[in-house]
Amino acid sequence: MTLEFKNVVKRVGADTHIHETSVQLRNDNFNILLGATLSGKTTMMQLMAGLERPSSGEVWFDGKNVTGVAVQKRNVSMVHQQFINYPNFSVFENIASPLRVARMTKTEIDNRVGQVAEMLKLTPMLGRRPSELSGGQQQRTALARALVKEADLVLLDEPLANLDFKLREELREELPKLFHDRGCTVVYATSEPTEALLLGGYTATLHEGRITQFGDTASVYRQPHDLETARVFSDPPMNWAAGTKKGDSFIINDKVDWALTGMEKSFADGPYTVGIRPHHIGPVAHDGKTVPIDGQVLITELSGSESVVHFDFGSQTWVSQSRGIHPIKVGDHTRFYMDPAQCLYFGADHRRIAA
Amino acid sequence: MAAKTTNQKAWFFIIPVIALVAFNALIPLMTVVNYSVQETFGNNVFFWEGVKWFEQVLHSPRFHASLLRQFAFTFIILAIEIPFGVAVALSMPRQGPWVSVCLVLMALPLLIPWNVVGAMWNIFALPDIGFLGRVINGMGIDYNFTQQPVAAWFTTILMDVWHWTSLVVLLAYAGLRSIPDAFYQAAKIDGAKPWAVFRYIQLPKLKRVLTIAVLLRFMDSFMIYTEPFVLTGGGPGNSTTFLSIDLVKIALGQFDLGPAAAMSLIYFLIVLLLCWVFYTLMMKDEEQ
Repeated sequence: MTLEFKNVVKRVGADTHIHETSVQLRNDNFNILLGATLSGKTTMMQLMAGLERPSSGEVWFDGKNVTGVAVQKRNVSMVHQQFINYPNFSVFENIASPLRVARMTKTEIDNRVGQVAEMLKLTPMLGRRPSELSGGQQQRTALARALVKEADLVLLDEPLANLDFKLREELREELPKLFHDRGCTVVYATSEPTEALLLGGYTATLHEGRITQFGDTASVYRQPHDLETARVFSDPPMNWAAGTKKGDSFIINDKVDWALTGMEKSFADGPYTVGIRPHHIGPVAHDGKTVPIDGQVLITELSGSESVVHFDFGSQTWVSQSRGIHPIKVGDHTRFYMDPAQCLYFGADHRRIAA
Repeated sequence: MAAKTTNQKAWFFIIPVIALVAFNALIPLMTVVNYSVQETFGNNVFFWEGVKWFEQVLHSPRFHASLLRQFAFTFIILAIEIPFGVAVALSMPRQGPWVSVCLVLMALPLLIPWNVVGAMWNIFALPDIGFLGRVINGMGIDYNFTQQPVAAWFTTILMDVWHWTSLVVLLAYAGLRSIPDAFYQAAKIDGAKPWAVFRYIQLPKLKRVLTIAVLLRFMDSFMIYTEPFVLTGGGPGNSTTFLSIDLVKIALGQFDLGPAAAMSLIYFLIVLLLCWVFYTLMMKDEEQ
């Protein structure tokens, strides 16, 4: 059972919220929608759920065209960023609500609610009301409601965004286990690249209402097909520069150059956009980090295990992310080293020139 | 043992508050208390009467009648305005250009001075020249609010509903707007019917604002004076003489200051007690 978009477009008035999209989701693992705020994640989910109708195109589920089918008839469940529970129902009644709508027998409801509550560690809270729970427990209740329904399509719209760091980590670890082997299609929207990587599965990167790439999360991260995907899927943000290839060497900002090795040598000469992730730049030359870059330090962020340094390079601000603490002060003119083998090259059409 | 430094300067900071409360609440209230236990024949001559006036008021059939009228009136307008206000708020658009149009239309009645509302409705409902009076009589119903108690009540209630339902609408609308869209989507996904959405999502979320709405409308309607006074003057007969109208008749019409003061205090205590009861009842669930 899986969901497919066929040339789906969503317009609201004169604005196009979702540009023509065709994608087939996977039902063997998480499908992650990764994109910044307002990139269209929520609209995409509403189209998937059937809360919104596409302006054109078709939505197929399990080999059937469900484009015009109302959400109630699709067996979908959804968990939102806000903690959505019925305020004057107990936790038990909240979890049981979809089963009551489906008119199940009392014993069956008791069984299923009991099971799901056990899985989500809610058993001691079953008699309480949502307002008496912590944020994490409220979201667990909402998740339990989504699980108990045994829906074919489960949509998780930034479910951890309103939780504090500790709870987020805890629940993030449990999520893939909870949905494992259920045979349903799970879609998870997030704005954090790190979260996508931690969850694994498959990732669709979203940029301005378009899915720029869909595939195995790690490979989308390692081999972005275009500039937008690379931009969306990098945290801290990727460093960018305009450069030119001439023969076997490449020069950026008219001052830093390096010799190309391997496949890159076969690219046509001319202008390219280069992207490099912050952790491939550091204040010490080692591990392939050989090309020196000079810049003035603007911001330093030390977390103990790593140092993030923002520095002025040409007209851009670049970021270096390296292990350990380095004695770098704001205002210093410092030399950083970059690993040229990790550079991603993009043509004028924003496509990556695959090495 | 070290001497404890005492600094009493902080008292100076609360003097303004004490003075303010004393002048606008305590001193007038004490004047009323003063009158309520004494008899005066003018010339600043007072005789101690104890609780005589209180007993007199509490045993007076006239007070019972106006109190009963007051309860009936308040009960009727609450029973109409609260559900009606919520219904109007539910039917207002959630977004778009019509939102501000609706809000301005709703706010209009609230901006009109109370005596103007009374005068407006008086003219509007007159059976010979008023639009409402002409229309009702034109339908073959004998209607004259200056002559018939039922018509007077009908007009007074209609006027109050017209004047004050907007307040309930605005409060309920603000409450509804604060419910995130995600709640409605979740209900839709669950397959909840509109009634269930109202009963299990909107109503619980509206509880706080509706508590405020009921309290405000209760207090205002229980103390209503200007509008019915201008509209009916408490008549015909005593049929629309509510507590405050009766009080003014006793205090300023008959100049019975003692009984009037005693009645004011009883009136005040009733309002206070009922507000407390309402609030406690409606907030009972919140504290669990």
